[in-house]
Amino acid sequence: MFFMKKAWWKILTVIILYYVIFQGLLGTVPRQPILNETIRNLYFHVAMWPTMITLLLVSMVFAIRYLRSSNTVDDDKSAAFAKAGILFGILGCLSGSLWANYTWGDFWPNDPKLNGAAVGMLIYFAYLLLRSSFEDEQRRARISAVYNIFAFFVFIPLIYVLPRLTDSLHPGNGGNATFSSLDIDNNLRMVFYPACIGWILLGTWITSIRYRLNVIKRVQEERVAELSVNHHGAARAVND
Amino acid sequence: MHELRTLIWKEITLEWRQRYALSGMLLYVVSTVFVCYLSFNLKRNELTPIVWNTVFWIILLFTAVNAIAKSFIQERHSRLLYYYTLANPQAVIISKIIYNSLLMLVLAGIGFGFYVFVMGNPVADLTLYIAGIALGSIGFASVLTLVAGIASKAENSSMLMAVLSFPMILPMLLMNIRLAKNALDGLDRSVSLDEISTLLAIDLIVIALSYLLFPYLWRS
Repeated sequence: MFFMKKAWWKILTVIILYYVIFQGLLGTVPRQPILNETIRNLYFHVAMWPTMITLLLVSMVFAIRYLRSSNTVDDDKSAAFAKAGILFGILGCLSGSLWANYTWGDFWPNDPKLNGAAVGMLIYFAYLLLRSSFEDEQRRARISAVYNIFAFFVFIPLIYVLPRLTDSLHPGNGGNATFSSLDIDNNLRMVFYPACIGWILLGTWITSIRYRLNVIKRVQEERVAELSVNHHGAARAVND
Repeated sequence: MHELRTLIWKEITLEWRQRYALSGMLLYVVSTVFVCYLSFNLKRNELTPIVWNTVFWIILLFTAVNAIAKSFIQERHSRLLYYYTLANPQAVIISKIIYNSLLMLVLAGIGFGFYVFVMGNPVADLTLYIAGIALGSIGFASVLTLVAGIASKAENSSMLMAVLSFPMILPMLLMNIRLAKNALDGLDRSVSLDEISTLLAIDLIVIALSYLLFPYLWRS
């Protein structure tokens, strides 16, 4: 992407995340009966999900681009974005589990959203497994791109449509009030939206580092292969 | 259309020639049902309608995964290459989906008959339940056909098939179990409209994706 190599968005990420963490730990939040201070987790738990969806969406877009272009670069990017998305998914599950323990009294209450997220993670773990089961790079890229697109379209109904059809403990589901009703003076919103942007940028940053590491690894492997070819060629010449 | 019909007919002929695969799958369903029956024999009265329903759908899930996994794995590489020169990929995937749906309908029908025969029949609204089974069979077939195609490209394909397909099929399975439970309790049919429309929507998405994505899978 065009702005990848620039520094300004990394500086922006750091500033936003500093703001989010300070506001998250020290800012004023509405006092609520059961939630109490745990409402601060909104910036860290809830913001993980838009981040994960965005990263997985970008991963799927690169998978589509790969199928159209057959350019390995697109596949590398797709895989790196998917991995970052999985990371944020796991973090979302963990932070949610912690929050659930203090508000709903159980680390893993039986809730369609939790189970949907867990199954979604399974789908993407299977993606990683699928990637690792191919030796040939072109083949791996093509088949995992197909699976990636398929997985995304199964994943979306799993976490957006299904929980809405059943009762859920989560706000905005099954007759529960949404968070916006607690947010009378828009204080939460002032931090929540920057938090989402900050985490998405952080995810992109992680992705770009992974991607560039991958490129370096590939170049090095090619160089080693080239060297060994030259070496063998030279040895053969001496023998002849 | 003509191509599609020929391809479906080819699948049926192939299946009929190697009847051991078909009879193997039938035996699989029947023996799984019988194993469940014997396992619950210790405490018959513990078999509540919910358990009855869930066990049936799990049997159906395993049957589907086993039956459809072979739809690509059984084909020899050279034969696939031969199809590649003759047919266009969209026709191949659609014919496979239609054929697998038919196969699943047969297997699920026989399985359900035998299941009711040994485990009893607590279903209140039988028509809706059977419609649910039909919807489920078609849905399973459409999701699993593309997954089988993906898994067949890798080396360790039977394990990969299970790992890839179980989480993929879960939304559909949950919807089906819920629809089946509504039928089981004999609730008013309008209650189940939500489930039916969601199932149809998922089916549609999955079939459209298979149609679009299979050509890329085919080429490798």
